[in-house]
Amino acid sequence: MTRETLLNALVLLALGLLPVWAHLSDEPFTITLATRAAILALAAVGLNIALGLGGLVSLGHALFFGIGGYAMGILASHAQDYTPIYDGAFTVPGTKSMPVIWLVAVAASAMAALLIGLLALRTAGVYFIMITLAFGQMAFFFAISWNAYGGEDGLSIYVRNSFPGLNTLVPIQFFGLCFGLLCLILLASHLLARSPFGLALNAARQSPDRVMAVGLDPKRLQLVAFVLSGAVTGLAGALFADLNRFVSPTMFSWQTSGEIMVFLILGGVARLCGPVIGAAVFVLLEHWLGGLSEFWHIWLGLLLLAVVLFARGGLVGLIAGRARAHD
Amino acid sequence: MTEPVLETRGLVKSFGALRATDGVTLDLRRGEIHAVIGPNGAGKSTLIKQICGNIAPDAGQVRLLGRDVTQWSTMARARAGLARSFQISALAMEDTVLQNALLGALGASGSPYRFLRPALGRRHLRDRAMAALDRMGLADLAATRVATLSHGQRRQLEVAVALTLAPRAFLMDEPMAGLGSEGSLALTRVLDGLRAEAPILLVEHDMDAVFALADRISVLVYGRIIATGTVAEIRANPEVREAYLGEAP
Repeated sequence: MTRETLLNALVLLALGLLPVWAHLSDEPFTITLATRAAILALAAVGLNIALGLGGLVSLGHALFFGIGGYAMGILASHAQDYTPIYDGAFTVPGTKSMPVIWLVAVAASAMAALLIGLLALRTAGVYFIMITLAFGQMAFFFAISWNAYGGEDGLSIYVRNSFPGLNTLVPIQFFGLCFGLLCLILLASHLLARSPFGLALNAARQSPDRVMAVGLDPKRLQLVAFVLSGAVTGLAGALFADLNRFVSPTMFSWQTSGEIMVFLILGGVARLCGPVIGAAVFVLLEHWLGGLSEFWHIWLGLLLLAVVLFARGGLVGLIAGRARAHD
Repeated sequence: MTEPVLETRGLVKSFGALRATDGVTLDLRRGEIHAVIGPNGAGKSTLIKQICGNIAPDAGQVRLLGRDVTQWSTMARARAGLARSFQISALAMEDTVLQNALLGALGASGSPYRFLRPALGRRHLRDRAMAALDRMGLADLAATRVATLSHGQRRQLEVAVALTLAPRAFLMDEPMAGLGSEGSLALTRVLDGLRAEAPILLVEHDMDAVFALADRISVLVYGRIIATGTVAEIRANPEVREAYLGEAP
């Protein structure tokens, strides 16, 4: 077992067990914090596929996060008002069922990623960053002006959505659901990195000419990665909205995109549990320092600066050393 | 006569007033090594890029196995059997030697969209990659990161990746560049054996290697082919001697 595997196991164990302890000692707020960390980690796991494996620096991942959030908000608000989403030749009802909401969130964000990817992947470097940022901002202003769904004020959902066999109103059960999804998708992204697709995508980041010379299309590989990435971040968005029982245009804001990227840089880009560690540290700092001062981001900034200057592989790199080639 | 494997017909490419390729017609026949030599700035790189599909010619044709591929993408040409090695190594530096070779095998298999089972667990890919590494004497370094390889080893890996494609034609852009005399000798032996599998269009500066290997040589000067012939013919050609020994009349 390498140090990184050990670290990953410890981190996931800690994140999984802390809420159990909190549940037993009746500290529901701690469970909420852990749930928040798990969901934000999932959003960053999504970005890690595009940025870490694919080398696509997307500053627009809030768009997928927001789409996931609004998928939940729209479906659930219609269900709680007993109004159909669409009533014409056929009727589309709202729903309070999480699996359905997740499916819609994933499909909608994957579709958005496909369209944006088709355009943005014609460019590279700074232009790619700017195009993804621009799409994110377009969605942000669209959400602000979309009065049918709360406009600037956003949408409140009174009761958390349901999952068959669970009582999602119990914090520990909802945490279990989010944590289970996080572990499942971490496993998938671990397999992805070692799969033929991961190998080709990794090479496309390092040497597109080589990939073309063996007959593969680097842009298409990157497009598929971008779609997968957007879909995972979209799923996280649906969960995040369900955690807060609230969606607002803030989910689409470029600060959200920046924060998702900060989790990744803090934890370690292209490292399996980098996003988990990054998101967990962020949530802890937000909780501890946020209680002391409104300007806690200063300390986050300093930490980020230190990581970027002295620990290029993020916190994972600092603890477990540089990444080994997958073998 | 059988059809040439690779052929260019009247290729022309200009950059502004500069004619980098000026009506280049050459062919690569089964079983041969055809060397293209020429002084710096003769347009060798521009020619290679047109053959591979990195840049489009202004006029003329590139034909591969009897088909006009002038409009094809680099990827399509590679899939049709054209394997190239790069002058400046274009390997995935963070990856291992084996992973780089696997990429070639994956390209040859044509199905990179497999997401779950590990690439290294795919026996046919792995066997193919290892066979190529073995042939280039790199099997012992399979688990080494490319970034830690010597320059010579990287050159060998370039050729190994091309081998994994089991191509119909090789296009090698200065494979000897930067190799010591020993390394260059070893690579000469490998290329010598390779021509039976697929012919090689060899663009090379190392004259010893060219004279040892080539069945035919074409001399490119200012975008034009001034002579094509056997080693003996090229050595005896006064125009070639002039081009290489300076512009003296």
